[in-house]
Amino acid sequence: MKEPQTLFDRLWATHEVARQEAGASLLWVDRHYIHEGSFHAFSQMKARGRRVAEPDLTFGFADHYVPTRGNRANGIADPEIANMVRTLESNAAENRITLFGLRDPRQGIVHVVGPEQGLTLPGLLIVCGDSHTSTHGAFGAYAFGIGASEVAHVLMTQTLWQNKPKRMRVSVEGAVTPGVAAKDIALAIIADVGADGAQGHAIEFAGSAVRALSMEGRMTLCNMSIEAGGRCGLIAPDSTTFAYLKGRPYAPKGPDFEAAIEAWSSLRSDPDAAFDLDVTLDAAAVAPIVTWGTSPDDGLPIDARVPDPAREVDERRKKYIEDALAYMGITSGTRLTDIAIDRVFIGSCTNARIEDLRAAAAVLAGRASKVPGLVSPGSMQVKRKAEEEGLDRIFREAGLEWADSGCSMCVGINGDTVPAGERCASTTNRNFRGRQGRGARTHLMSPAMVAAAAISGHLADVRPLLAGRKV
Amino acid sequence: MEKFTSLTATACPLPQPNLNTDQILPARFLKWPRSRGLGTALFADLRCDPAGNERADFPLNQPARHGAKILVAGRNFGGGSSREAAVYAIFDHGFRCVIAPSFGDIFAQNASKNGLLTAAVSEADAAELADAVTADPGRNVTIDLETTTIRCGNRTYRFTIDPVGRNQLLNGWDDVDLTESFGARISAYRDADRLRRPWANPAKP
Ligand code: SF4
Repeated sequence: MKEPQTLFDRLWATHEVARQEAGASLLWVDRHYIHEGSFHAFSQMKARGRRVAEPDLTFGFADHYVPTRGNRANGIADPEIANMVRTLESNAAENRITLFGLRDPRQGIVHVVGPEQGLTLPGLLIVCGDSHTSTHGAFGAYAFGIGASEVAHVLMTQTLWQNKPKRMRVSVEGAVTPGVAAKDIALAIIADVGADGAQGHAIEFAGSAVRALSMEGRMTLCNMSIEAGGRCGLIAPDSTTFAYLKGRPYAPKGPDFEAAIEAWSSLRSDPDAAFDLDVTLDAAAVAPIVTWGTSPDDGLPIDARVPDPAREVDERRKKYIEDALAYMGITSGTRLTDIAIDRVFIGSCTNARIEDLRAAAAVLAGRASKVPGLVSPGSMQVKRKAEEEGLDRIFREAGLEWADSGCSMCVGINGDTVPAGERCASTTNRNFRGRQGRGARTHLMSPAMVAAAAISGHLADVRPLLAGRKV
Repeated sequence: MEKFTSLTATACPLPQPNLNTDQILPARFLKWPRSRGLGTALFADLRCDPAGNERADFPLNQPARHGAKILVAGRNFGGGSSREAAVYAIFDHGFRCVIAPSFGDIFAQNASKNGLLTAAVSEADAAELADAVTADPGRNVTIDLETTTIRCGNRTYRFTIDPVGRNQLLNGWDDVDLTESFGARISAYRDADRLRRPWANPAKP
């Protein structure tokens, strides 16, 4: 009898070109996404006098460095940033790579645009020089972030040497309560397993609460798998996946699509397949979560208080809490809802899809933000859709800035940063020290919770603010 | 790439856990070409205060630590962003080995491809090593990749590293050369796969 397989085992086996005694396998890459940061890899490739092996499987995205404010069609003012975007354009042109560039109406963040364009499909192996490539696993793809040398290797060979990760399953069972989003589930899982709890593992998300998520929600969940240390995150494709993909520009069409659905339907774990780690979470017990510290596993339900280091027995943990609170400028034991904020950010590949913007707008409609803030849609298509729905008006009338698409304040390399010492309620994925700018203090939460913080001026529970509203 | 077989050098302790790649090399240095000297930007915001003055209490700034080639770090070193420039910064600063209880997966892979050894030891051994080199900055530590052992004073510790990374470091291999020797198999895979998974190719938009 054949040994039962997990979804991950199936994906791995399909892509294995060769195997070495040492344990590494040479894997075929179906999609290679590149961005401005890929310049090191192109230099490595050029130094060897080589060209891109499979330009038709390689796609470029201008996102990390692009400006999101001002009239960017007129060019980029900062010469260093302009140079980064120009280098990507010339590398793509020289190698005949399709580029979703700054002037392309499809431009946006790689992990938003790839799925939006139907480039990301179930059963594919997808890599990109960005750790949040795990996002694409939401479609049942094996998708993971790689470094520059690996990007260069993929450019030149369309393959990659990999050690097979262990398998982990995170089952979220039951139904979430109103006001609880995919981001809350993600933050709850990370708080539970720890920032390195999934290290060396491919995480499969399963359970009724995961099945109930939209594709947007699934992408948020898989996006955050790297914040638990996971090599990738994935969800078996189903009718929700197929419905999302139908009619997308680069997805199979007509009878090809029907044939693809048939192939994709076998992409699931056998019922008796074994996992190296198995974690279960009760969806009904998940509350809206915010982070208080400088690691994504520092999530707590909004009605909690920040930890008190004096109560810690473990010396290193005590030191961590003291340092994190000092950096964040919070006194131990403070109620989370008493923490005043200076600004908000709604954006990034974690939470800037249309559903995320709708969730934030539902809270903000007819209300004013007490603090300044920036809303940067995940892609220019998301931006246009939001404008058709009138969401931009809601954000603007609340006093927030409605910007163009890019990584923006998620990583701050395009110049959109949180000033030192300021506190930002953010829909992004990392609350690391200095992530949103030097000395910036970041609290991670869902888009609806960021909206709640905006109108309250402090971290706040979104649930009472949703009373009587259609969401 | 530089080969790594063994190394005897002084070590610098930096035992706080979760030092992610945003701490190792803050994002504002990512547009620097490597030739601009990424080693000087290593741990920039931990090493210097906002005015740009070196913090005396940061181990890397202490004169006794200059010339250290080994970093004794805490758990989950190099988690977070996939930026390979974090490895360049560590290497270009002069480090050749990081000892820690665990590493971010992508960081460890990037390190092996650039001649930087990531030696994983138990939490207890990492703490003991950090204590030993904190007490005596002049103490030499010897790392042997053939036997995967670390010697410090009269103590010997075992470390682990994934076998592929180990081979790569020992031989100074370039995996592009290796992969090219599989060229025929890659083309055969590609041709068979086109028939097996026709849907895997992007459709014409
Ligand atoms: S939005 Fe942030 S996490 Fe996402 S791709 Fe851009 S920099 Fe990376």
